[in-house]
Amino acid sequence: MNVLIFMIPVALALGGLGLIAFIWALKSGQFDDPDGAAERILIDEDRPAP
Amino acid sequence: MTIEAEAGCPSGLEPAARGGQVQDPAPFVTRAGDRNALDLLVRGAKCGGCLAKIEKGVGALPGVEVARLNLSNGRMRVEWSGALKAKQVVETVAGLGYSAAAFDPGDADKERLKAERKLLTAMAVAGFGAANIMLLSVSVWAGGADMGPETRQLMHWIAGLIATPVVAFSGRPFFESAYASIKARRLNMDMPITLAVVLAIGMSFYETLKNGPHAYFDAACTLIFFLLIGRFLDARLRRRAYAAANALAAMQTSTATRLAEGGKAEAVRAADIRPGDRLMLAAGEQCPVDALVISPESEWDMRLVTGEVTPVAMREGGTVHAGAVNLLGPVEIKTIARAQDSLMADIARMLEAGEQKKSAYRRIADKASEIYVPTVHIVALLAFVGWLVAGAGLERAVFTAVTVLIITCPCALALAAPVVQVVAAGRLFRDHVYLSSGDALERIAAIDHVVFDKTGTLTLGDPVLTPGLNTETQIELAARLARGSRHPFSRALVRAAGAGVLADQIEEHPGSGVTGLIDGVPARLGKADFVGVDDAGSGSSLWFRRGDEAPVCFRFSDVTRPEAADTVAQLKLMGVSSEVLSGDSEERVALAARAVGVDRWTSQASPRTKAERLDQLEREGRKVLMVGDGLNDAGALAKAHASIAPGGAVDVSRLAADCVFSGDSIGSVVRIVRIARKARALMLENFGFSALYNLVAVPIALAGWATPMVAAIAMSGSSLIVTLNALRLSGRLAGGGGTTADRRGA
Repeated sequence: MNVLIFMIPVALALGGLGLIAFIWALKSGQFDDPDGAAERILIDEDRPAP
Repeated sequence: MTIEAEAGCPSGLEPAARGGQVQDPAPFVTRAGDRNALDLLVRGAKCGGCLAKIEKGVGALPGVEVARLNLSNGRMRVEWSGALKAKQVVETVAGLGYSAAAFDPGDADKERLKAERKLLTAMAVAGFGAANIMLLSVSVWAGGADMGPETRQLMHWIAGLIATPVVAFSGRPFFESAYASIKARRLNMDMPITLAVVLAIGMSFYETLKNGPHAYFDAACTLIFFLLIGRFLDARLRRRAYAAANALAAMQTSTATRLAEGGKAEAVRAADIRPGDRLMLAAGEQCPVDALVISPESEWDMRLVTGEVTPVAMREGGTVHAGAVNLLGPVEIKTIARAQDSLMADIARMLEAGEQKKSAYRRIADKASEIYVPTVHIVALLAFVGWLVAGAGLERAVFTAVTVLIITCPCALALAAPVVQVVAAGRLFRDHVYLSSGDALERIAAIDHVVFDKTGTLTLGDPVLTPGLNTETQIELAARLARGSRHPFSRALVRAAGAGVLADQIEEHPGSGVTGLIDGVPARLGKADFVGVDDAGSGSSLWFRRGDEAPVCFRFSDVTRPEAADTVAQLKLMGVSSEVLSGDSEERVALAARAVGVDRWTSQASPRTKAERLDQLEREGRKVLMVGDGLNDAGALAKAHASIAPGGAVDVSRLAADCVFSGDSIGSVVRIVRIARKARALMLENFGFSALYNLVAVPIALAGWATPMVAAIAMSGSSLIVTLNALRLSGRLAGGGGTTADRRGA
């Protein structure tokens, strides 16, 4: 059962990482315009390819 | 970089907006150093093509540094430096075939967004805690007897160390609300929630310390997580409804031309107009506030104010109300305070009375919690006393009482109403129907009688030339004069005639008609006495006379909306009767009412008569839904049990209504009532289910069999069932769903 000493902190750290990533995404405005983000990827830039 | 020549959405999801009058957005520009910023609301942008077109078009203007359109809510932020005029930005967007209006995002919106973000963060933290503690709890339950007590205690300690900060952080919305309710000496739903969570944590630490088998850390976290989902959905719904209402308001009025000292004209926001200001109204402009006419005499379209189709001539000193449209040349007006005028004072009083009545309305959820809160506390107390009397120790009695509190915790009850409301409002939102209050759906669901306003609600509002009475030549000749006038009848004549030439030397005579020269012959178009005819008949006609020829009469009718008759018929099938209540003349109201199949109507109703009629209906025990758009409907809208206003309604009416629909179809009324009824049925089902759940769960807890595992399964299971039940509403409902274009609605 000694493996638990590792595994529980590892599981918590991974979960915490997800939580921090979510809060960061929320704060930096990633969810402000979901429709626009989906469409923007399709817009052609008028710059010639390098 | 070129801009596509064709206007509007390149994917054809939305027709191009016809260029109306572009208001000067200058008062909405904010300055920081030499950098200007403007927030715009753009209507009609539906796809990536629109996005690229608008952003490139505005970005190409000189000095523009930021031009970013948010496709989800239609808001656009433009920042620039240099001499670019704000009006050019709006004109560019309008020129591309989209309607645009400046707006002020306001602090209230930011506050709501902040509150919503706080709830979402709390929900994420609670979700993290619940998932991780569940991981530990499941291993404890699965381990059973094989797990050593030391390992189990370790698991409980870790769970407790996670749960404490998570609950302290995520539970704040509940704790704060419970504290406030105690201070106000009224128990709300948050009281038992707070009690259950705090006791569960405390008891679990006690168990852990003495190495007992049962810890409820997972229950405390899951509980808060589920409850926060309901809270978050509720907050988001409110904010979106609020934003949609704001957007509608921004599209209506925004700026006016104020005459400063010395006669200099400046553009100001409608909100900044003060009593005593002198304003200049161009022909075709809507009056933003109540005002006195200074000069000169003009005709006013009072359709939105009194419901009457025939325009009213107003001399110096006459009062015009917000919503009246100036039909002739530029007019100078002086704004007055609302209370100075009897019509507005009347309406204000009725609005207040309506407000009081509505705040007295108790939501189904409130009624449920009023029964629920004391019941739960009494049952928990009984459990404690019962076990003590039965000879169990103090510890066992406390333990059972706390499990009762945990297991009855209102997860399902708290989710029952909000989830249904969110799903229903989301559906309506996609159909461009915006609810203004949380209990609007419940009240609309209860109605059994609809009172329609006529002008602009049952009818299109714009009069139409009665066909078959005049020859084409007559129409063509008269239209040459009519093209020079903004009078609604003239416009109707022009619509019937189509494009053509204009007469020479056209002159408008307020309150009478138009004169001009047709092929050198003087001609007159206007009221009967204006052209020299003695006719005491109805007001819905225009007379035309060229030279000494015999006068010709044109008749106009206020055409009912094509789907109005169908709407009335469908409402009847749903057991809802209809009636018409209008400020217009008896003849026109009777005609419109018969055309849509309503056999009860009242004409020439003042705002007061309208409100009195509603009171009378209420005394008869009817639950009335009022549908109207005019200023004269505002009092009735506020007084009715529930009310709906079209998006084109005047501000006061839109604010007084429970629900606003944009778009032209009055058929929305049927949809709204249908969805509201379905939503109420689902809500009642959900409350019924929650009650059933408690009937089963409470005896189990009383008997002392509610282990943490049973609590977890029962709580998650009941919440899930309630949510799934609510989602049934988002499925296909009679009448079909929104089109693809609606999907990304405003």
